Amino acid sequence: MSDGKQKTKRGEAAPGIKKSRWEAKTKSTPVKPDSLYKNRTKIFPKRVKGTFRRIKWIALFAMLGIYYFIPFLRWDRGPDAPSQAVLIDFENARFYFFFIEIWPQEVYYITGLLILAAIGLFLASALFGRLWCGFACPQTIWTDLFIAVERFFEGDRNARIKLEKSKWTPAKIYKKTAKHIVWLLIAFATGGAWILYFHDAYDVMAHFFTGGSPMTAYVFVAMLTFTTYALAGFMREQICIYMCPWPRIQAAMTDEEALNVTYRFDRGEPRGPHKKGATWEGRGDCIDCRQCIAVCPTGIDIREGLQLECIGCSLCIDACDEIMVKIGRPTGLIAYDTGINIKRRQDGKPSAYHLIRARTIAYALIILAVGAVMLYGLSHRSVLDLNVLRVRAPNYVTLGDNYIQNGYTVKILNKQAKALKFKIEAVDLIDDPAGLTITEARFKKHGDKIILEVPANETINYKLFLAVKDVTPLSNREDFYFKITDVSDSNNTQQTPTVFVTGKDK
Amino acid sequence: MSDHKKVDEHTGTETTRHEWDDIQELDTPMPRWWINIMYMTIVWSIGYVILMPAIPLLNGYTKGMLDFSDRDRVAVAVEQMHAERSARAQELSNASINEIIGDDGLYEFAVQQGKTLFGDNCETCHGAGGQGVVGYPNLNDQVWIWGGSFDDIKYSITYGIRAEHDDTRFGSMAAYGRDEILEPAQINDLVQHVLNISGQQADGVSASRGAALFAENCSSCHGVEGKGTRENGAPNLTDTDWLYGGSAEVIHETIFNGRNGVMPNWNERLSADQIMALSVYVHNELGGGE
Repeated sequence: MSDGKQKTKRGEAAPGIKKSRWEAKTKSTPVKPDSLYKNRTKIFPKRVKGTFRRIKWIALFAMLGIYYFIPFLRWDRGPDAPSQAVLIDFENARFYFFFIEIWPQEVYYITGLLILAAIGLFLASALFGRLWCGFACPQTIWTDLFIAVERFFEGDRNARIKLEKSKWTPAKIYKKTAKHIVWLLIAFATGGAWILYFHDAYDVMAHFFTGGSPMTAYVFVAMLTFTTYALAGFMREQICIYMCPWPRIQAAMTDEEALNVTYRFDRGEPRGPHKKGATWEGRGDCIDCRQCIAVCPTGIDIREGLQLECIGCSLCIDACDEIMVKIGRPTGLIAYDTGINIKRRQDGKPSAYHLIRARTIAYALIILAVGAVMLYGLSHRSVLDLNVLRVRAPNYVTLGDNYIQNGYTVKILNKQAKALKFKIEAVDLIDDPAGLTITEARFKKHGDKIILEVPANETINYKLFLAVKDVTPLSNREDFYFKITDVSDSNNTQQTPTVFVTGKDK
Repeated sequence: MSDHKKVDEHTGTETTRHEWDDIQELDTPMPRWWINIMYMTIVWSIGYVILMPAIPLLNGYTKGMLDFSDRDRVAVAVEQMHAERSARAQELSNASINEIIGDDGLYEFAVQQGKTLFGDNCETCHGAGGQGVVGYPNLNDQVWIWGGSFDDIKYSITYGIRAEHDDTRFGSMAAYGRDEILEPAQINDLVQHVLNISGQQADGVSASRGAALFAENCSSCHGVEGKGTRENGAPNLTDTDWLYGGSAEVIHETIFNGRNGVMPNWNERLSADQIMALSVYVHNELGGGE
């Protein structure tokens, strides 16, 4: 020992670095001959520290924070509209998102949003592989949280493996029970927060625990509590491997230039245990410590290359970097890299990164285009709509005093938070204003005396009759507009084309 | 057996030994929980069969222990709807026209009910949308033989016109020719007079003879100027609106054979609230009401 050389002991990958004994089982589980089904191998991810772990914690708290607390944010929309910032109001068929208010007929905004989400996912995949899976997917986030709870009560990887194998003792019962209780509480908060998006959050909170909420509220909370508990507590990586379509889709979304979590086998191989002070010549940097496997939440060996089970969480990068620092080698044996770069380096060429390439440019342009269309749509969204439906039976009526009359149903949509009153006129039909009369059916008022009232955020139908004294200058089907003007704001107008039928050709 | 196994070199997974154009089917085992979920669905289905209506039999079906029936639920929902409607209907039959017009919900209810009732009962004669056919008045215009106020319309619907009810509206256009009240020549003169007062081409000499006959025989109902009287249901003869037609032939036919169109009294077929709804519909939504 005096020469400073330390022996690599049994079970060590390098002096002081314990080799993880747990094998990666997902792939290499011995399958019983002719067995059609594979038994689950439980995974005990080891705790890890590092840059990516920190990013994942930040992402986790940010996203869970958004999910749990957004329903409590308020947004003033006046007395006739709900004051919840984000609200999906099924009863009144409205969707509120801060300053945006969407009516059912504007559901195409959701289409735009979904296109943006899909292309955004494609772009992220083309740049950095499964960024979504590793950092933002609810399955990953809640599983991460549940594993943290598990670690809090049961200890880290080795302790958990030991506890799993041990007999049932009061200590084990306490640890397991406590873990499940906390899991259930988190799951309940998840399901509970869900319903807050559909009714006023404070209102729901006030009635939920006294049994005053509708049955559907309890059913949804129960359902989401169960799914959160089952998926994040028990199913975990099984969801990603067997149930989620995204691992399959991403195969088409990624290419050889996409940065993925990669084991740089050009640098790592040939691998093997390393004695302190021994030469690094003629061997790779991988000391086969298996830390990358120990921390992996899906229990795979990243050194086997890009694979379906890898969710791109980057924790193996942190684990490997920690070891590299300890053994005094450069970090980044596992890093965001491309398969083609490994080949380049093997051929003696330098690494090259092509983040800007045809695929990513195309995705970015699509995102820009769809985003621009949506922004235009939202900023030019009309808050007042006028639809006109002409009565067809009878097509026209000859009144006793020779007037020709047509009937119309006008539908006014007032998307503003205040009640409005409108005057209505027929534009581009007869020059002489005395030559026509508009009559409203219900109150039987005429012309200027007609006031069409539309409450805030409502759609109201009015039946109108338009009678023309002298139809000689008109064609059989004369085009004209109905125009409504806000009584209190003459700039707030809306007009809609329709026709007047004179019945001349009969 | 094992010597028949083939392992795919690239993945190290056994194959099913099925191969199409060099594409091999890997024998990847399913996870155990997958098959367990299938067993759970089987257990669920057994529970479902016990609790819910499930198996069709020769006469009927197994009812299930929960006694659940979609048919019963529909019946309850229909019952509920009727209860809600009858409350509205009660309100409607006791309200005045002004109260109905002033109440958004009541007005909407009346118009919707009225529209359906009109389609079922009135359109057969009065035409789609009440546009009228020969002998059956147009209900969209402002010409009302028996009056176009809400009360007039409601009365006409309730008791009918020349119908079999003691309170029905009654007025008779006699058959001046068939019943030999007037000579054929006199009838011709009358036709010319009616053409004249309605602003059509007429023989002046004949028409002036007709004017005297009109004052004697017709003015008691149609008025001295021929503008009609609503008490008698006598139409205005000076406008362009004709129930049966305004040509010389049709006017002659009308005077010779008389006209006595009938509208049934609806009080025996429709309930009070239905008549109310129908009256609101005709008075307001068709546009001619006064």
